[in-house]
Amino acid sequence: MKPTNDAPASGIWKVISASSVGTMIEWYDFYIFGMLAKTISTQFFPEGNNTAALLSTLAIFAAGFIVRPFGALVFGRLGDLIGRKYTFLLTLVLMGGSTFLIGLVPGYKSIGIAAPLLVLLLRLLQGLALGGEYGGAATYVAEHAPARRRGFYTSWIQTTATLGLFVALGVIMLVKLNMSDDAFNAEWGGWRYPFWISIVLVGVSVYIRLKMSESPLFSKLKSEGKTSANPLKESFQKKANLKMVLLALFGAVMGQGVIWYTGQFYAQSFLETTCKLDFAQSRTIMLWAIALGTPFFVLFGWLSDKVGRKWIMMAGMLLGVLLYRPIFSYFLENTNVKEWVKKEEGLSLRLLASDTVLLNEDGIDKVVHEKYHYQYQGNAFIQEKFDTVYFTGTMYPPLSAMGGDGSDKLIPDLAPDANPLYTQVELSSAAYWKFVMLVWVMIIFVTMVYGPIAAFLVEMFPTRIRYTSMSLPYHIGNGVFGGLVPFIGLLLSTTFPGDPLVGLWYPIGVAALCLLIGVIYLSNKRDESVND
Amino acid sequence: MTTLKKLLGFIWLLAGPAIVSLLVYGAVLYIDTEGEKDINNPVIWIIIITIFAPIAAGLSLFGWYAIRGEYSRLPEKSSEL
Repeated sequence: MKPTNDAPASGIWKVISASSVGTMIEWYDFYIFGMLAKTISTQFFPEGNNTAALLSTLAIFAAGFIVRPFGALVFGRLGDLIGRKYTFLLTLVLMGGSTFLIGLVPGYKSIGIAAPLLVLLLRLLQGLALGGEYGGAATYVAEHAPARRRGFYTSWIQTTATLGLFVALGVIMLVKLNMSDDAFNAEWGGWRYPFWISIVLVGVSVYIRLKMSESPLFSKLKSEGKTSANPLKESFQKKANLKMVLLALFGAVMGQGVIWYTGQFYAQSFLETTCKLDFAQSRTIMLWAIALGTPFFVLFGWLSDKVGRKWIMMAGMLLGVLLYRPIFSYFLENTNVKEWVKKEEGLSLRLLASDTVLLNEDGIDKVVHEKYHYQYQGNAFIQEKFDTVYFTGTMYPPLSAMGGDGSDKLIPDLAPDANPLYTQVELSSAAYWKFVMLVWVMIIFVTMVYGPIAAFLVEMFPTRIRYTSMSLPYHIGNGVFGGLVPFIGLLLSTTFPGDPLVGLWYPIGVAALCLLIGVIYLSNKRDESVND
Repeated sequence: MTTLKKLLGFIWLLAGPAIVSLLVYGAVLYIDTEGEKDINNPVIWIIIITIFAPIAAGLSLFGWYAIRGEYSRLPEKSSEL
């Protein structure tokens, strides 16, 4: 098949690799912040209320996503005016510079309120850059690709978001496993290394991209003087185009965004925070699932060239809507340590540490702290207990021995909660691989909705306003709807603590609405030639 | 299918203001400056309403276009736009 606009067939792979490497690095830069949210919250926000600190970071995280649509407008317009190549070079430099500088901002303890303000500013710049990057890369590849193979070629760009996540997970895990927790979490500790590494990666990618030529379709349009004079006005004030922007958002990208973030980000956060999985296990589960799932982006991109984009994306949404609750429920049931503790048969425990802490505050004189290592049917976990021994000079039996949970009338409100804390759940080998398989299944849903979507969006809009028109719905769908999945999940689970799966109703609801709109309103026909 | 597209348009048209009303109702119900839960925090509600209000307006516009039959026939090529 001859590529569009007389580009040599071998050249398409150079185009794909130059675009993909840069885009992958931008995703890496963007994700390390979210993945290190807990550490960052303690470094840049006042200590005291951990939830408030975490929410503050998540708010910055969300702010990063919310400015993405603005980045799409700013850089999309630029890309339609001056060209794809220089615009996505600019976004790459902006992203790499911001990431590197985040790694250089001193902590709150050193420079006070300036620290979170600087981090917020740099995070906003990251979001702005990301908003401009994806549309440029997808458009650039699509405008080089042969007709009838656009789904296949653009699907390589689609692997970059997941590969960026994979590299971010891998780098953070490598750094963390090679130092103590204290060294990692210190003000100038290991958590900063992933930010510093970025500058090297970006340097290499800028060098590669500088050697590439402008998109042939855009060059042709420019030489003929047919580029848009005002891409924003043409994209969003012309009804014929605006209605397609709205259809792309509500009928495809909105659902794709929540499926992407639930399968990859929410799953990881759920395994770590709700299931209390050991750090290394939760990360390697994600790494395996992503590694095994990534080729399916290309498979579904290729398939979309044969059978159309619509039904593959709709099937991915339907599967997510139907299967998210059963899958997450399985995760919960198989890490239910409280049930394991109740079953005496097959349970073994060993005391790891026991110490008495002198408090001498709020009337509590001494607190006993005990740490146990439990094993149950190949699974293991840590139990920590805190018991008050003396209160204003009067000795009380340990709270746990009284069966108290802190609500006993004898026990003051200030006494530590006697309910044991469970952490570092380590799954047996069989359970571990079942978890990998289930996360992999969710990644497959991601590949179904995400693999064909670049080609789908590119084919919806004409060359002169393509960068602007496709970038905005993409970043509202992914940035706002998808990016807020962890934030709204946390908000819902804090509000309704009785249901640990309540956070799933947001992505399920959004995906179901998008599915309904997509099935009824979208067309499965492909635009064979985007050379308009 | 054309009739269904148009009829559902009314739902999307009404869904926009319904979503905003629901969010404002939720904010009025839950915002409590003395409350300790995250849902009591007015900042979070302001962020969520600010983000979703224009999107809800977009959903209503989508409904309006659907009612007017704008989606009865979709362009088959990007050059038709």
